[in-house]
Amino acid sequence: MTMDVNYPPETPEEAAATGTLAARIALKQRAGGVVVPVMTALLAFLIGGFVVLATGHNPLLAYRDIFNGAGLNWVFHPTTNVANTAAYNLSQTLLQTTTLILCGLAVAFAFRCGMFNIGGQGQYFIGLYVANWLGYDFAGMNPVPHILLAVGAATLAGALWAGIAGFLKATVGAHEVISTIMLNWIAIWIGEWLFGDGGPLQNAANKTVPISNDVASSAQLPVFWGQKELQGLHVGFFVALAALVVFWVILSRTTLGYEVRAVGFNPDAAAYGGINVKKNLFRAMAISGAFAGLAGALDMLGYLYHFGQSDIPVSSVGFLGIAVALLGRNTAVGTGLGALLFGALLFGTTHGLSSNVIQPELAGNLTYIIQGLIVLFVGADVLILYVWNTRRRLRPRARARAKEAAA
Amino acid sequence: MAEEIVLEMRSVRKEFPGVLANDDVDLDVRRGEVHALLGENGAGKSTLMNILYGLYHPDAGEILVHGKPVAFASARDAIQAGIGMVHQHFMLIPVMTVAENIVLGMEPVRDGVLLDERAAEARVRELSGRFGLVVDPASLVSAITVGQEQRVEILKALFRGADVLILDEPTAVLTPQEAHELFDIIRSLKADGKSIIFISHKLNEVLEIADRITVLRRGKKIETVPREGATEASLARAMVGREVLLRVEKTPAQPGDVLLAVEDLHVHDDRGIEKVRGVSFQVRAGEIVGIAGVDGNGQTELVDAITGLRKPTSGRIEVAGREVHQATARRMLDAGVGHIPEDRQRRGLVLEFTIAEDIALHDYAKAPNARWGWLFPTRLVGRAARLIREFDVRGGGPLTRAGGLSGGNQQKVVVAREISRDPRVLVAAQPTRGLDVGAIEYLHRRIVAERDEGRAVLLVSLELDEILSLSDRILVIYEGEIAGEHAGAASEEEIGLEMLGGKERSAA
Repeated sequence: MTMDVNYPPETPEEAAATGTLAARIALKQRAGGVVVPVMTALLAFLIGGFVVLATGHNPLLAYRDIFNGAGLNWVFHPTTNVANTAAYNLSQTLLQTTTLILCGLAVAFAFRCGMFNIGGQGQYFIGLYVANWLGYDFAGMNPVPHILLAVGAATLAGALWAGIAGFLKATVGAHEVISTIMLNWIAIWIGEWLFGDGGPLQNAANKTVPISNDVASSAQLPVFWGQKELQGLHVGFFVALAALVVFWVILSRTTLGYEVRAVGFNPDAAAYGGINVKKNLFRAMAISGAFAGLAGALDMLGYLYHFGQSDIPVSSVGFLGIAVALLGRNTAVGTGLGALLFGALLFGTTHGLSSNVIQPELAGNLTYIIQGLIVLFVGADVLILYVWNTRRRLRPRARARAKEAAA
Repeated sequence: MAEEIVLEMRSVRKEFPGVLANDDVDLDVRRGEVHALLGENGAGKSTLMNILYGLYHPDAGEILVHGKPVAFASARDAIQAGIGMVHQHFMLIPVMTVAENIVLGMEPVRDGVLLDERAAEARVRELSGRFGLVVDPASLVSAITVGQEQRVEILKALFRGADVLILDEPTAVLTPQEAHELFDIIRSLKADGKSIIFISHKLNEVLEIADRITVLRRGKKIETVPREGATEASLARAMVGREVLLRVEKTPAQPGDVLLAVEDLHVHDDRGIEKVRGVSFQVRAGEIVGIAGVDGNGQTELVDAITGLRKPTSGRIEVAGREVHQATARRMLDAGVGHIPEDRQRRGLVLEFTIAEDIALHDYAKAPNARWGWLFPTRLVGRAARLIREFDVRGGGPLTRAGGLSGGNQQKVVVAREISRDPRVLVAAQPTRGLDVGAIEYLHRRIVAERDEGRAVLLVSLELDEILSLSDRILVIYEGEIAGEHAGAASEEEIGLEMLGGKERSAA
């Protein structure tokens, strides 16, 4: 077969051999640079705005209130005093952002190895459970080793949980999308059992409430902005920022990252290069799970302190991580920004919106509408690129036609 | 008698951002002629044909069909004007039958709405009988061979009333036998008064089938010459713009120690079918051993086994006198086997990687590229910059994506990587596939130079010419077994016969 380069490819990647679904999406995404994610987000907000409009409210006012509700207006009057509403709101937004960064990285890392980790939610739960268990059971330990123990073990547990999917993929070829979804359900039902009546992690003092014990104070993360009682921002925020750096360093400055990327782009070429593909599938999945498990640990030790049966079905940060990673194009910077966007949306829509700017029932759901739209448009990324390129291709033709008509 | 001109393109110009793909190109096609369009990759052949087929609109120039100017807005207009095109990559629907594919879009109808399958098949049968395009109209496309798929594409074009048929690199996907059959078909089409535009960059083919030859180079038409009087050398010169050494110049081999020994090797393919059945041979330092054979006779599996990419079911592989046990790609690389893979885009390169990253594909984890798992990208870049100069890779620097290079330069990156590792054994599988004359010349010289450096070279190629001109010794593989061995001069016929299992048949 020959490679004829008589005409320039429509996209730089057009001629590239395409591999897995995840690799293909990643490829198309990079072809779009930063334009497409920004367009994707704007389009999602635009359509979300129509939804607000349809309920008879002014979308601009609604978005303004979400912006303020998320504390993003803080930048106009920066202060560290959380008595200030904007500052308090921002600290809450960043609290959400912390979790979302890590859940986003959990998806992004697997993506870079050509896998789609839909199991962030389950891995997050496992991290949460382990952190709760160790945070309660080892009460009275010196705080530093106690926190390190709980965080470390929870991270490892998340890694092992995701590693199951990686192992199945590497050994029997079970598709990671299916197995991670299944593992999510297993994690959910483990939680139901752990916190349910008579469950091993159920509150020892009150045997009738399906809720866990509180994490001992020795395992609680220090709060650096705001007050612990008022759900202040804990030091986990810096851990998440560090995780972004770690993610970048692993991928671009280590041989491990080199292998992951080679396998993600082209497993055949990686194998030819002497890279053990199966080992990398397992390893990348485990590292993904570590990020999600870490997210669960930081949430548990940072501000939740306890968890109940009824909290399980409500939690969806793991899934939001998918949108964060997709919007952030599986890069460190992109994931950070995507997490901030969704953190702001999550917190901004859940409070402070008056019923004359948005239907109260709609407020919280607007986040999910926008999340859904973004996932949809990221899928349609390819479509957006196609339209973009067709336009570019058609323009000279239209010009030629116009010339003809004139002649 | 004046030859009737059925098709003419005058002063066609087409510019893409940054590329002048066609610059003032003229082309005329006569009734009942095979007109070859010859040029290197990127010379503008496909652009010109896509304009003719209505897929691109020219920036300037005109197209005349039977002397009348036409403007094609789409392929539909071109088809209506009697132009058909068979692309390199076929566009058939695998779950439908041959006949259904051919009549698609203009189906004969029964009772107003139903597809009249019998009528469709009958018409297809009539067409295929007339031109010797043997294919069963009732079989599913998914069940026929690549060569037959191509016939279906040709029939599709004929069914739509094509008088001018554009064949874009039609032999690229065919075995030598299928190519011969295709040439017979082309001759019968010609006899029927059809005109064929035959796009190629293979000189021998063009000289065999074409009546006239138009050479393009960098978007410009260089010349149109009749076949009589044209030679491979003259055409190559027109194509490349300088003298090209078509014959590889090399001194007799001076074989040294055995560097690669394969003993009674058995290898299965992915479906568990035994493709290599007890192959044994040796390659010595300073010699090129060529493996000739028709595609699919176990070459791929043999190469995969030798390079550790596929586990043999039994047999021994020795590199430089040492048996490699439990061969993995890593172990073979470390034992000193270099491998130019048959598919550089699927296997030889990570196209999304930069050239620097691709050059490090085997050694990314070794000093000086990395230490303790820590990668030093600047060292990768430094090494790549050196090799890009040394191997004359054009079209980018160390940080250019490998996928952005032309095929020839991609192959140079692969070769640079393999040779810079200083392997004792170099396995070159289809090293010049899809490359143009200039790049082929470079690669052939390089392979001979590596032999002279004292490497053992195993060359696997489907191009018999390549095997004949490069090899010091030739092994013929047929159905997974060595069907013949030739040292020195062997006749093409003899090897060709063995490639088809002739020896076996005559012995039986």
